[in-house]
Amino acid sequence: MSLALSVEGLSKRFGELQALRDVSFEARPGETVAVIGPNGAGKTTLLSIIAGVQPPSAGTVSRRPAEVGWAPQQPAVYARLTVAENLELFARLEKVGDPRAAVERMLEQTGLRQRAGERVARLSGGNRQRVNVALGLIGDPPVLALDEPSASLDPVQRERLWEFISGLTGAGRTVVFSTHNAAEAQHHAERVMVLADGSMRFDGSIPALLRAGGELDNGDLERALVEFLTRSAAQAGAA
Amino acid sequence: MRWLLGKDLVILRRSRLLVALLVAYPVAIALLIGFAISRTPSRPRVAIVDETPPGETIALGSQRVSVSRYAKQLFSQVQPVPVASRAQAVAKVKSAEVLAAIVIPPDIAARVASGTSQADLEVLYNGDALEQSIVRSQIRAALAQANLGFSEQIQRAAAEAIDLLLRGGNLGVLGAPTNLIGLREIPPLLRRSIARQPPGRERRELERIASFAQFAAQNLDVSKKVLSTVGQPIRVSSTLVHGRRTPLSTFAVVVAVSVSLMFVCVLLAAGGVALEREEHALARLVRGLVSRGTLLAEKGLLAAGCALLVAFAMLAGVSAFVTLDWSRVGLWLLALASGALAFGALGVAIGALAREVRAASLLAFLLSLPVALLALVPAGSVASGLYDAIRAISFAFPFKASLQALDAAVNRASPELGLSILHLAGLTIVFGALARVGLRRVD
Repeated sequence: MSLALSVEGLSKRFGELQALRDVSFEARPGETVAVIGPNGAGKTTLLSIIAGVQPPSAGTVSRRPAEVGWAPQQPAVYARLTVAENLELFARLEKVGDPRAAVERMLEQTGLRQRAGERVARLSGGNRQRVNVALGLIGDPPVLALDEPSASLDPVQRERLWEFISGLTGAGRTVVFSTHNAAEAQHHAERVMVLADGSMRFDGSIPALLRAGGELDNGDLERALVEFLTRSAAQAGAA
Repeated sequence: MRWLLGKDLVILRRSRLLVALLVAYPVAIALLIGFAISRTPSRPRVAIVDETPPGETIALGSQRVSVSRYAKQLFSQVQPVPVASRAQAVAKVKSAEVLAAIVIPPDIAARVASGTSQADLEVLYNGDALEQSIVRSQIRAALAQANLGFSEQIQRAAAEAIDLLLRGGNLGVLGAPTNLIGLREIPPLLRRSIARQPPGRERRELERIASFAQFAAQNLDVSKKVLSTVGQPIRVSSTLVHGRRTPLSTFAVVVAVSVSLMFVCVLLAAGGVALEREEHALARLVRGLVSRGTLLAEKGLLAAGCALLVAFAMLAGVSAFVTLDWSRVGLWLLALASGALAFGALGVAIGALAREVRAASLLAFLLSLPVALLALVPAGSVASGLYDAIRAISFAFPFKASLQALDAAVNRASPELGLSILHLAGLTIVFGALARVGLRRVD
């Protein structure tokens, strides 16, 4: 079976703080992987290393930064440029063969054609996040790393965004996203990874995490996650 | 880089208020500083009460010096506001209509003529401590100038009186004998009489008198020179060894243009880099799309280009009012470009270290203004240790070197243009490296 992404022994240290400890995982083409965990677990650090925003202290990522589309938690877009100008700028910076065609394609995919000439500053939070994701996709990368893509969106905007992301994985793209919201992971991911204190505590299917947290297969993933982390901490303490 | 440059130009075009402020504010500050430097201190507005009787003179032998001449000397040093009485003068000082008042007493002529006591002037002033200090020194300087002028007139009158004693003639004083013999004529006359006298006691006494007359004539001659030395014991002869030979107005132009160059460049470069971070685009850019060095170079060059345009436009505009040598325009541009690059490097360093536009702009402003003001502190105006510290600070930032480069290009002032450009190139490298370190962490 071919792999879309392989991460081996990633560690990251910021001075005294060990943000990531020896994290490894693999992802298949078209797979949607959720990274969940408490605040400060290392989710953003993991995704930013995969995207090539910062180098790891140790370990490797199988993809070059250009092969990974990236959408940070805060929309990384120029507010004074229009939607189309933002897309065209990054298409040119990514040296896309036909930038204008890429802009047209992304406007179509994101459903932002009507807003193409509008400055990003005037867009709603949801549409701004769509532009943010679209900028990550402009170079047509096989892997997409999304950091808290639905944070600060209302439920309707969130649903529209997930429809859009589902369409991407349907086309064979691998999506790795981080979220605080366990229910979101339960609904939209095929696989879930649990990070705590920079270490990978769990990597498996949603039902497997439910069971590890003492829930039934159709149980509540958030409750299961809390229970799993409590047990995990207790085991670590006992050890 | 060109796509980033294009993007920044579009953003600048859409931020008209920001651009207008960015240009108008430094130009306004630059003009204020230039105006302050180029203006000589204005003469203080002073009320003068002349209580001397009209036509009052001071008699020096046969010569007379009018007291009104002293008032005229004083008037030329201040903006005089003649008032009739001391009470009126006090009222004008209290109402701040004048900075001070000077009362010339009625007995000034008698006191000067007495030769035993000095004449006293009364000075009235008010205001806060700073104002009092300024007024005091201005009035002191004005009085010193007036005293000097008046004493020259008295010296001239005294010298003429001595001359008459030596040469002889009419004293012109009522009751004085006419056609007086001059002191210089007495020794030869006596010698002729002595030659006809037989040796003896009378001849010896006449010889003593002749010797005394000769001695007195010689010493009175010398006393004229002594009088001028006492009036002005030290004459000042000035020679410019090092520094400017150009008018203050052209230096003010250079200061004004340098200040504008600095503000536009530093604020734009700092804001440009900080904006990338504030819009979270920096992380997206540096993940292989644009290197950090290229990003910093683009921001620095854009800011330098804009600042160069503003500064050159200022220089060209000012040349309509102040004579500038347009044949040196190539050197102006070279100096402006060198300064702009160094300011651009300083700006990107500030932008890289500050994490948001407002913090970057504030930091740029807080750093630039004092650095510019310190660079304008003249040597000798502060304690030597403090001046050494000021020199070190000025050396570490591009304002002084940029000012010197532009001054050399526009006014042929020292140090040489090449030295200043080298200094600026060094600072560009140092601040560029600092910016690169500041941009190492994306968030």
